[in-house]
Amino acid sequence: MSDATQDGPVLAADGTPLKRSLSRALRAQKLRALMLIAPLLLFILITFIAPIVDMLFRSVENQIVSETLPRTVVELEGWDAEGVPSEDVYAALAYDFMEAAERRNHTRLGSRLNYETTGISSLFRQSGRGVDDIGEDYADQFHDLNPAWEESETWAALMGAPDWVEAQSADDVEGAGLLFRLSVAIQDVLPETSDAYRSFARTVQSEDNDNPVAEEPWNTVYLALYRDLSTGEVSGYDGPMADLLAEAAAAVPDFEGMTPREAFADINDDWLDTEVWATIEAFSDPYTAGYFLSAIDLQLTPDGVERQPPEQRVYLLLFNRTIFMSMAITLMCVLLGYPIAYLLSNLPARTSNLLLILVLLPFWTSLLVRTSAWKVLLQQQGVINDLLVWIGLVADDARLALINNQLGTIIAMTHILLPFMILPLFSVMKTIPPSYVRAAKSLGATNFTAFRRVYFPQSIPGIGAGCILVFILAIGYYITPELVGGRTGTFISNRIAYHISSSLNWGLAAALGTILLALVLVLYWVYDRIVGIDNVKLG
Amino acid sequence: MNLKSLMLLTTGASLAATGAMADGHMAGSMTLVSWGGAYQVSQQRAYSEPYAEMHDGLEIIWDESSAEAVARLRAMNEAGNITWDLVDVVASDAIRLCDEGLAMEIDHDEILAPGDDGSSPTDDFGDLIVSDCFIPQIVYSTTVGYRTDVDEWNGNTPSDICAIFDLENFPGQRSLERRPIGNLEWALICDGVAMEDVYDVLETEEGIEQAFAMLDTIQDQTVWWNAGADTPQLLADGEVVMGSTYNGRLFSLIEEQDQPVAMLWDAQVFDLDGWIIPEGLPEDRLARVLDFVRFATDTQRLADQSQYISYGPARASSAPLVGQHADLGIDMAPHMPTDPANAERTFLFNYEWWADYRDDLDARFQAWLAQ
Repeated sequence: MSDATQDGPVLAADGTPLKRSLSRALRAQKLRALMLIAPLLLFILITFIAPIVDMLFRSVENQIVSETLPRTVVELEGWDAEGVPSEDVYAALAYDFMEAAERRNHTRLGSRLNYETTGISSLFRQSGRGVDDIGEDYADQFHDLNPAWEESETWAALMGAPDWVEAQSADDVEGAGLLFRLSVAIQDVLPETSDAYRSFARTVQSEDNDNPVAEEPWNTVYLALYRDLSTGEVSGYDGPMADLLAEAAAAVPDFEGMTPREAFADINDDWLDTEVWATIEAFSDPYTAGYFLSAIDLQLTPDGVERQPPEQRVYLLLFNRTIFMSMAITLMCVLLGYPIAYLLSNLPARTSNLLLILVLLPFWTSLLVRTSAWKVLLQQQGVINDLLVWIGLVADDARLALINNQLGTIIAMTHILLPFMILPLFSVMKTIPPSYVRAAKSLGATNFTAFRRVYFPQSIPGIGAGCILVFILAIGYYITPELVGGRTGTFISNRIAYHISSSLNWGLAAALGTILLALVLVLYWVYDRIVGIDNVKLG
Repeated sequence: MNLKSLMLLTTGASLAATGAMADGHMAGSMTLVSWGGAYQVSQQRAYSEPYAEMHDGLEIIWDESSAEAVARLRAMNEAGNITWDLVDVVASDAIRLCDEGLAMEIDHDEILAPGDDGSSPTDDFGDLIVSDCFIPQIVYSTTVGYRTDVDEWNGNTPSDICAIFDLENFPGQRSLERRPIGNLEWALICDGVAMEDVYDVLETEEGIEQAFAMLDTIQDQTVWWNAGADTPQLLADGEVVMGSTYNGRLFSLIEEQDQPVAMLWDAQVFDLDGWIIPEGLPEDRLARVLDFVRFATDTQRLADQSQYISYGPARASSAPLVGQHADLGIDMAPHMPTDPANAERTFLFNYEWWADYRDDLDARFQAWLAQ
């Protein structure tokens, strides 16, 4: 007992403080436990969480514009969104577009921007076919001036770093050879040309696996050369091909040809439309709120955020409808499910098991079969209407519209989701001892009071669990609304599916999905505040 | 024969069998993607069965995923693992896939067989090559079927497309596809716009409003369908009195199932279906696919397909070879959307136009539907 009188920490047998050695032992245990669940944890992370995070990320991701048109985006920063952009912007567009067309990226960007402004898709497709003619008039004039400009070797010698040119000019170079490197000397003298040539050389190497030394540059490179020579000074340059360059510099003032802007306008005069440029500028950032804005019926315009025109607003309506109808379905499930669960839990075991099988039976039937069966039952020439007409409740020419509207969706989905309400209710009700109700009655309560004050409060956790299950399943449902919802009974999930599988606007689909997820979480939080999540029991 | 030698023999035989199977696997397999149903059966009987007979050991796998092909191909492309070799898609999807760089651009004259009459593939297919990635197979049309036993019509039968919008003479529910494409064009044509002006009119705000106003007149009498099978079912059940669907579906409803239904060819909207080759196939698979495509899209094979389904062959040179239905024994030519008698007044989608306006008009159409 002498240890207890000691000051300082309690020591273990080996002399280390007990606290530390205890935590070490516990840590090992925790680690072992973690190792045991690691496979499951990893599995969930990789197959469930990661795809969701990736999908959510798409709702803001927008690198495609700045990656496909990097020079244009930079040049466009100085544009005041009034009138057409400067020639420099069009020249940058020519270089970018040429590379994009060779890499076959331009149509993808066109589809992306077409989500924002109708017409850009075909503008880009058309421009991809015409862009290789931009600068052709200058190319011809350079060729006429000196045939050396037609030679791919001239260009390689002028533009490439000397050791790169030497290595690439050997006879045994296979395919693309070494990655192109620019000569340091030329960069200052011909900035645009060296940039355009590098873009050409690397694209040829990576796309066609060709050696740039053996390929004549694109016409846009000649355009760049013309622009450099007509503005810059080459007299200080004394690298390879200096004479050729000096000769060209002297001749350039007499050259004639289309400016980049004229060349693009020649392909399609939509390139003079400020709306196209405003769209490119508005979506030039690598991340955008554009998808989220579209998902709540707003749009990004040069003047800021605006509401969509009234005839295009659809998403808020669908969100409202999805939530309202999911709540209606949940309520229907409670109303229908509660008595059944009550009956099941109070019948003798043998009968209740049989009935339980009837509840479970729909689970073992295909969703499509169940939904199609509802079609047969509910349509105007269907079983239910036939019966009503036969009884005389409904006139033959005024048959009820029970399907292809909201009612149809609510009926079919209530049926499909009912088991998810009955099962938690049943398992909670099973645990309520019958003696409580008997005790209440023996103390003078009527049947109704005993149910209301004793039985019902104890069954609330089951209702809570059932409601959460049904509501969350309903809010994301899409096959049934698609088949029986008609015009007014479709959900937001039907639009998400459309954007995923048909319009390929995955960004918008991701934004809609993110909002739906956030809505569910908010409703869950509200539910927790009102009902209390501890009040939810699955059995 | 004693037991031991019997066992040896069977072991040997089974080993030989496994060897043969392994050889077959070496020859490779090819995954073709199509729509399922009667259409896929027609492709199997006309293309893949004869091809498999000629190529011993080649395994042809069919995947019924064309409806979600665009999204699946994009996902495969992002994952860097293309598991499909040849995909059957409609022309508008082919254009989208080509734009997205998910389908391979091809030289039609180089990879396809010349026509039986010696014409080059580009001449033989003509205008139907709507994209650099698209290899046309069939021409189908979206057209209208109607019940022949409606009392309220007082013996009238629809004679042109505008019966859809004529609630006075042809009362009753109708069914139309739940998308703007096709419906907006019909609405304008029936509102007095000339066929060749339809897209010019639709490009203007007034034109769009005009088309929707026309659709407004029948909105509460219309069931909007998603699947090609919907209209035939609705017609057969008497749920609708007329409705749009693909001409092949109406053929089977009328000729095979013998329902009291007739069809209109007026203002049928031509559409195309064909193959695309996914971008990024490895060399050996690409070579296999190209060989199959060359065979499956030659003049005879396209004509053969029309024995099994009433869709028109995409090659001009196949038209004279169209014969009788393989099971029903009726002449197929009068049931082809491309037959001169049926094609008096037809409408061909402007694919480029829709590629631009699809997103915009679809949003409008959905908003219009939802209100």
